[in-house]
Order: sequence, then C-alpha cells, then structure tokens
Amino acid sequence: MKPDMTVNLAGMQLRNPVMTASGTFGYGEEFAEYVDLEKIGAFVTKGLSLKPRAGNPTPRIVETPGGMLNAIGLQNVGIDAFIQKKVPFLQSVNTPAIANFFGNTIDEYAELAGRLDQIPEVAGLEVNISCPNVKQGGIVFGTDPECAASVVKACRAVTSKPLIVKLSPNVTDVVAMAKACEDAGADCLSLINTLTGMAIDLNRRRPVLANITGGFSGPAIKPVALRMVWQVAKAVKVPIIGIGGIMNATDALEFILAGATAIQVGTASFINPGAAQQIAVEMEAWLVENGVDDIKSLIGALET
Amino acid sequence: MQFTSMILSNAEVSPGYWRMRMTAPPEFASAAPGQFVMVRVNGAIDPLLRRPFGVFDVGVHIPAQSGAMTQPYFEMLYRVVGKGTAMLSTLHKTDLLDILGPLGKGFDLGADDEEKLIVGGGVGLAPLYLLAKELVKKSPVRLFAGGRTRDDVLCITEFERLGVECYTATEDGSLGECGLVTEALLRRLDALDGKATIYACGPHGMLNAVANIAAERGISCQVSLEGYMACGVGACLGCVAPGHKHSPETPDFRCVCTEGPVFESGELKWRD
Ligand SMILES: Cc1cc2nc3c(=O)[nH]c(=O)nc-3n(C[C@H](O)[C@H](O)[C@H](O)COP(=O)(O)OP(=O)(O)OC[C@H]3O[C@@H](n4cnc5c(N)ncnc54)[C@H](O)[C@@H]3O)c2cc1C
Ligand SMILES: Cc1cc2nc3c(=O)[nH]c(=O)nc-3n(C[C@H](O)[C@H](O)[C@H](O)COP(=O)(O)O)c2cc1C
Ligand code: FES
Repeated sequence: MKPDMTVNLAGMQLRNPVMTASGTFGYGEEFAEYVDLEKIGAFVTKGLSLKPRAGNPTPRIVETPGGMLNAIGLQNVGIDAFIQKKVPFLQSVNTPAIANFFGNTIDEYAELAGRLDQIPEVAGLEVNISCPNVKQGGIVFGTDPECAASVVKACRAVTSKPLIVKLSPNVTDVVAMAKACEDAGADCLSLINTLTGMAIDLNRRRPVLANITGGFSGPAIKPVALRMVWQVAKAVKVPIIGIGGIMNATDALEFILAGATAIQVGTASFINPGAAQQIAVEMEAWLVENGVDDIKSLIGALET
Repeated sequence: MQFTSMILSNAEVSPGYWRMRMTAPPEFASAAPGQFVMVRVNGAIDPLLRRPFGVFDVGVHIPAQSGAMTQPYFEMLYRVVGKGTAMLSTLHKTDLLDILGPLGKGFDLGADDEEKLIVGGGVGLAPLYLLAKELVKKSPVRLFAGGRTRDDVLCITEFERLGVECYTATEDGSLGECGLVTEALLRRLDALDGKATIYACGPHGMLNAVANIAAERGISCQVSLEGYMACGVGACLGCVAPGHKHSPETPDFRCVCTEGPVFESGELKWRD
C-alpha cells in the first residue's frame, strides 16, 4: 500500500514533507532540468529584498570538512524583478512556492510582506531574521526575542498568507526565540539557518572568505540542527520545518522524529541537484519497508 | 545533464598533470568548447562539493572489432592541487564518476576570415584544445602556451597535430622562450595584417595582461575564468566575478557558471 506522504503546513497542503531551502535552489527554474518540481512538497526562493542586492566580494564560498561556508551577502534580484521575471515560472508549476525575504528595518520587512501577500503565485512567506552575513541585516533581529517579535508582528499585520519565521542558530536560547515568534503570530517556524563560521588560509595568513566570516551549512551541522528542532518542537504548538545538513531520507526522517512536520534540503542540492526529489522517493520507500502508512505518525515520535 | 561516467583511462601526462578519458552519453558530443563539467569526486561527504573542470576533448571511440558498440567519451586535463584532484588521480579504468554537464557558456567561434590567437597558461590549456579543434576547420590558428617550467606546458603535440602553429614560453627558460608568453603574443600582434580574435585561459594575472593588450589594440578577446563554485547551475551565487562597471559603490557581479565561464574580456573588470 502507498503510504500517505501528505502534510499540512500552516494551511498549505504539501504532497510530501520535502521542501528546498532558500538560497540553495535559485528561484526554482535553475533546477527544473534536474528535479520534477511536482514531485516535491514545496520550494523556497532565494531571499528577496526591496531593492536588488549585489552581494559580497569574492571568495564567497569555501568547502570545509563535511560542510561549506558561504558569504554570498544575500545577492538577489529584488522584489520588482522577482515579480516581473521569476513569478511567471512559479505560475507554471503546481507546487507551493514560498518566498523567502529579509529587510534592514522593520518597515522594510513589513513592506515586503505586504507586497508578497499580493502575489497569488506565492503560497507562503518565509521571513529570514537570521542571515549572518550582512552587517546591518538580519543578525540583530534574529538574536533578540523582542526585535524578532516586532518583525513578525509587522509582517503578520499585512499578510494573511502562511507566515513562516526562519530562526537563527546563533543564539544562546533558541527556544526563547521560537516562543517569541510564535506569540507574535508566526504560523510556522523553520530552523536552522546557517551557523556563523570562519576559515583561515594559514600560508597566506588571511581569512579565506573576503567577508572573513560566513554561514556554515551542510552535513556537518546536522547534529546542531536536530538538537534545536527537538528543543523547539517540545516548546511550541506551531508546525516546524527542520533544516540543516539533510543529505538523504535517513537524515530527513530523523528531523521528523525530532518534531519537524516538513524538512528543507539545502546544500545537498549543490552536490546532487536532484537531491530533494530523491529524498522524497526514498522517504516513501522507507515508510513502505517499515510498514508506516502515514508520515504524520512519525512527527515528533522520538522515544526518549 | 547529470550522468554516471566510467573512466576509460587516467594517466599522468606531465608531473602533477593528469588526463582522464571517460564515457559520456551521446548528447555530450554537442558540448561547446569552453563549457565545463562538475565532477563528484566520490560518493562520501568529504570532499563535499563537486569540482569544476573544463572539457578538454570530446569524441567517439570506435572499437576495433566490427559490430561492437561505439562509445562517446570526453576528456579532462587536470592538475593535482588539493584533496579532490589528488583523489581523482588515484582513480582507475572502470571506476565510476557522477558528472554534471556540459555547463556554462563556451567560446564564441567568431568570424572565419580572421586569425585566431589562443593563449594558455599551465592547465589553462584544458578548454583550449577543443576550441582549437573547431577553429582550425575555418581559420588559421596560433597557440601561445606558457608555464613556469617545461612540465607546465602541456599537450603541445596535440595542438601541432591539428595544424596549429605553437609558441611556447617558460619562466625558467626550460622550454621555448624564457619569460612570459604574452611577449610572443605581442610580437605576433605587431606583425598581424588583418583581423584577429584572442582566446585565453590561465592564471588570473595572465588573463589580466592579455585583456589589457587586447583593449589597447582594440582586438576582440574572450577569456575563460575560474571561480569558487558550489552548484555550477546559477543557484548558489558563489562563483561571481566583477563586471566592468564594478566598484564598491556600483557593484556589478557576473555569474561565472551560467553567464561564463567564457566572457568577452571587455565585460569584466581588470587591473590596469
Ligand atoms: C570553470 C572552471 C574550469 C576549470 N577547469 C579546470 C581544468 O580543466 N583543469 C584543472 O586542472 N583545473 C580546472 N579548474 C580548477 C579546478 O576546479 C580546481 O583546481 C579544483 O577544484 C581543485 O580541487 P581540489 O580539491 O584538488 O583542491 P582544494 O584546494 O582542496 O579545493 C578546495 C575547494 O576550493 C575549490 N578550488 C580550489 N582551487 C580552485 C580553482 N583554481 N578554481 C575554482 N575552484 C577551486 C575546489 O573546487 C574546492 O571546492 C577549473 C575551475 C573552474 C571554475
Ligand atoms: C549559498 C547559500 C545561500 C543561502 N541563502 C539563504 C537566503 O537567502 N535566505 C535564507 O533564509 N537562508 C539562506 N541559506 C541558508 C539555507 O537555506 C539553510 O538554512 C542552511 O544552508 C542549512 O541547511 P543545509 O545544511 O541543508 O544547507 C543559504 C545557504 C547557502 C549554503
Ligand atoms: S557555482 Fe553556484 S552560482 Fe555559480
């Protein structure tokens, strides 16, 4: 028997719990050759800002054992070009597209949320309050519960679409952040964004990244991400999207056991552009093999 | 496209430089000179990212025995510089590799009635062989190949076999002229009557020098860039290079993996 892979994420019905993570899947189109977008649950766009952003100088990425650091600097086309050039593609795909966005001020966040709310092709919003790359950017919002709550409230006031808040792991108490965002009106929490990290070139005695520090992602961060998802899942009622180092179905199912309703595949799409679809297929196969008839029965089913 | 490729041969052609031939699907034959592939070195998570390499050659292997299947293949020429390339050099015939490609925008072959001047530094020659193979069909082609020592000047006989006139230069004088290969290029440009296009790939300093020479003389010039890549398909935005309008106040970044790796040199930002 075919297991039920559908999950409900803050009102969005997903055909399976596999999503793609912001900044690792372009605007969807880039991967159309490698992934049947109608075989994954949802996809998330590159983080959008009001104005186009050029991003940081290079080198912007560096590989580390089991992971990578990036300091892209939130390069993106900006909301106007997104609407003109990228939205038509979203329309052609029968899979929820979620717009990830960020601002430098609460007003910018609210303006973006309001404009994205008006786009019928956008199924939901994911607020990035946690990007570690930009000096005046997300870091302030994502590390202080009150600031984060003000951002969420401002966005909540202008959109009726599902509002996902993406949490930063670069905090001492992720549960406090999660609760603040839930109380401020978030429909769903996604975590984790990248961990702030650094790499040094000993011979040149210089940092490898032009930006000096960058966001750490990939399989090496999975234990941290799992721990945070588990802690947050115990503390909040809204659904959770687990993110961080997911490379295969085993990783994905571990996040679901820890309490995630859905998961996002990030860095893995760089290594294998078809990763998200493959993970969805393999998850289903695991359910069949293990006699589980509904994926929802695994959410938070970790035995401790 | 993404495919599993079987290694047909992997041999050291000069100390530290390897040439690998591997199977490809028939569609790969349409790879344009200058396009590249992203190679997954192994199935583990270390090294994590794919490695980018130019397409050195494409062809079809016709088995001696009649009736046997023909086998399309492609080749890479690579230098061992770190973890990933060291691992590649230990692979053998029949080992399998996961390949993404051909990717990116290759060289524009340009007009037929002009001289083609190809400039390569070290392993920068890699994408230039397939280019030369196409160009010699219609135009006179000259190659200017440079390296630190004779060991860094690769595959010259292959170019000569195509009918390309080759000039070599090494910094230590162990092969060809002693010095930089741009000297020979300048001499050729001085002697030139008629139009020419320059194609270059190699260390950034060499590309910078060639781009400046081309700009001074108003000659069209295409360069193939390198960049640190995670995805190779335009998603991570890690690989960008500054465009000609770039400044800290007016950032202008070009995506090397999708808008390049080959660019008109005038589109990019260079040092004077
Ligand atoms: C479009 C393109 C075409 C290329 N074609 C060739 C070719 O035909 N032959 C060849 O020998 N080399 C080529 N290179 C360079 C080649 O990709 C690197 O030498 C290789 O990735 C080094 O991997 P490593 O694991 O041995 O080195 P490490 O230093 O261990 O690599 C660490 C990380 O840095 C990256 N990296 C290191 N050096 C470079 C570099 N010069 N350019 C880009 N990324 C780098 C690696 O990909 C990896 O992610 C090309 C690069 C690009 C961008
Ligand atoms: C190159 C790159 C760019 C990213 N850009 C964004 C972004 O624009 N907005 C955002 O919220 N997260 C961004 N992220 C974070 C990812 O969405 C994800 O949270 C993180 O990489 C952890 O997941 P992973 O280990 O599966 O990659 C980016 C990550 C990478 C590697
Ligand atoms: S390598 Fe990812 S955008 Fe070019």
